[in-house]
Amino acid sequence: MAKPAVLTHPESLKRLAGPSEYAKDPANASMSKADKIALYTKMARIRHFEQRCIRIYQQGKIGGFLHLYVGQEAVAAGTISLLGKHDHIITGYRDHGHGLMVGMGMNECMAELTGRVTGCSQGKGGSMHYFAPDKNYWGGHGIVGGQAPLGTGLAYAVKYMGLKGSCFVFMGDGAVNQGAVHEAYNLAALWDLPVVFVIENNGYSMGTSQERSTAHPGCLAKRAEGYGMAWDVINGHDVYEVRAKTAVALKRAHEESKPTVLEIFTYRYFGHSMADPDKTYRDKEEIKGYRENKDPVLLFEQELLREKVLTPELSQKINEAAMAEADKAAIFADESPDPTVADITKHIYWEEDNRGPDTTSRGTIIFE
Amino acid sequence: MAVISYREALRAAMRDELKRDDKVVIMGEEVAQFNGAYKVTEGLLKEFGPKRVVDTPISEAGFIGLGIGASMLGIRPVMELMFWSFSYVAFDQIVNNAGNIRYMSGGLINCPIVIRGPGNGGTNVGATHSHTPEAILASHPGIKVVCPATPYDAKGLLKAAIRDNDPVYVMENTILYNDKGEVPDEDYIVPLGVADVKRVGTDLTIVAHGRAVITSLKAAEILEQEHGVSVEVVDLRSIRPLDEETILASVRKTHRALLVEENKPFCGVDAQVAYLIQSRAFDELDAPIHRVSSIDAPQIYCKRMEDQQLPDVNRVVREALKVLA
Ligand SMILES: Cc1ncc(C[n+]2csc(CCOP(=O)(O)OP(=O)(O)O)c2C)c(N)n1
Ligand SMILES: [Mg+2]
Repeated sequence: MAKPAVLTHPESLKRLAGPSEYAKDPANASMSKADKIALYTKMARIRHFEQRCIRIYQQGKIGGFLHLYVGQEAVAAGTISLLGKHDHIITGYRDHGHGLMVGMGMNECMAELTGRVTGCSQGKGGSMHYFAPDKNYWGGHGIVGGQAPLGTGLAYAVKYMGLKGSCFVFMGDGAVNQGAVHEAYNLAALWDLPVVFVIENNGYSMGTSQERSTAHPGCLAKRAEGYGMAWDVINGHDVYEVRAKTAVALKRAHEESKPTVLEIFTYRYFGHSMADPDKTYRDKEEIKGYRENKDPVLLFEQELLREKVLTPELSQKINEAAMAEADKAAIFADESPDPTVADITKHIYWEEDNRGPDTTSRGTIIFE
Repeated sequence: MAVISYREALRAAMRDELKRDDKVVIMGEEVAQFNGAYKVTEGLLKEFGPKRVVDTPISEAGFIGLGIGASMLGIRPVMELMFWSFSYVAFDQIVNNAGNIRYMSGGLINCPIVIRGPGNGGTNVGATHSHTPEAILASHPGIKVVCPATPYDAKGLLKAAIRDNDPVYVMENTILYNDKGEVPDEDYIVPLGVADVKRVGTDLTIVAHGRAVITSLKAAEILEQEHGVSVEVVDLRSIRPLDEETILASVRKTHRALLVEENKPFCGVDAQVAYLIQSRAFDELDAPIHRVSSIDAPQIYCKRMEDQQLPDVNRVVREALKVLA
């Protein structure tokens, strides 16, 4: 078990010099050149998708809440890139990055944000409620911490069915103070469930710094010890480190059916949501420091340039393609139709959508 | 009298009560340093300091329960929920503890707690953030629920709630926060359980609460201008206690009733109001009672459809004409 290497802000603002010390870790050494390019491409796609969303929000086409993942890409990318057929994913409302990582298309993601019937949830869920169960992605949950018991249940189901799999439960540093999270921790440890709880510690829950919200013994992950669970802390600006340490937790889930808590230090560049003017609770300098010295996409690009996996030309091509894809998704969302009033009362009950002689209940179920 | 916003009216109520009673404490997520997710508590930390205005972690069951416990010993916590939708993770505290303790102790213990925050749809944030729990909470004896529709009522009801010795749950509406209205500077309260006739009329009674009052007032204007009908709009203001007499007096005058609310129809507040009217004023009715409520589904995200899901002016006018036909 790792020592709590607490990454305070000044410490973590230092630029990473030279190659990642995790480049040669088996989890990364095993990646082919093509795998690495694919991973970089996915991170770049998340970045450009989110940046395109900002413009669409500013044009007034996305309403409500829009929580961006910019700055946190290496967390979803590093963890989800390791997962296989029986590994599942669930997260909170900052869910676009995870969606793109599991293979959701930019079109369906963008159309959901603008409330179109072509969106992944047919315009019913919105930014906070993406779902792609065909890709083992179980949402997208708006209530802080609400996904933790669900993810524990997904892991329970995997184990029950005798499959070698897991569930990754993503949450923020503020979510760890929800009772549901602690109840989920206890169940996961008590019943030896193959869960990996991933705390995406970006330093803030809305306008509250992590220090102001949470009593903890040095780091958030260490709370796992109270439940006899394994834990680790990870520099979330280095996608290689994320992969290397996550691989250990994944193996623990697969081989021993045991849970782990991972705390991944990361940073969000924009306000909590687009509604947050982000003017009061952190310094501009702090944001600048992360952007310039710790950017996970840039750092991985540099890593791959050093490894000669990427060339500047290829990198440019990848980024341009991602931008073009996001532009196309924006047009797709614009041109897609809205759901209809009749659609409002669809998808409430399986039974109502599948009424027939062999459905089991009678009586009125949707009311005037 | 000053013209201030609904948001400022709520803030004024809290300021007044913080000054009046040193047992009043404001607590919730982002209420202090961030000045409130919706800026309702803006400036209160600066004025009253961190003992009176307290930021909490995202632990609704914990901090709401803590507030209930503190109220048992005489503190008067005014707890902010960023959305009433988040009350669901604290449901046991809010219902089982706050609602039952006085009863189960044979009247030995009181819970003078106020929980306030927005409980509305219509803001394009999807099903998990758009609940309107006034009916489900008011269905529990032991709990009081109010839903102010105007700045005047927001200030008066919140002050009354803070002085009340029972748990009072104040459901606000983010869409109303910028609405302006006349609000006295001097001390006043709007007693819980007193409805308000917001518009006097003779042909039809519309009963509404929360933002549905504003929608109904607009509809009443159209009905008057375009259809020559005189509509009376009764604003419940308070769901429990419920001002039965004001509702009945209006129906006895107009002989027709339309009930409008932003809840889903099943077991909504207006189901109770409809029962009241038919049980005590059946002979007075010249037409069946009609209702307008939200389309019966979880809140849809798509903004254009959500606007249709909620009662709007057109739907209220259409339904009113049916009652008048
Ligand atoms: C139960 C509940 N309480 C409050 C909120 C409002 N809210 C949404 S996100 C958030 C902050 C969460 O911060 P954190 O867990 O650190 O995640 P991050 O946003 O940084 O990714 C809050 C208070 C909510 N959605 N659910
Ligand atoms: Mg956070």
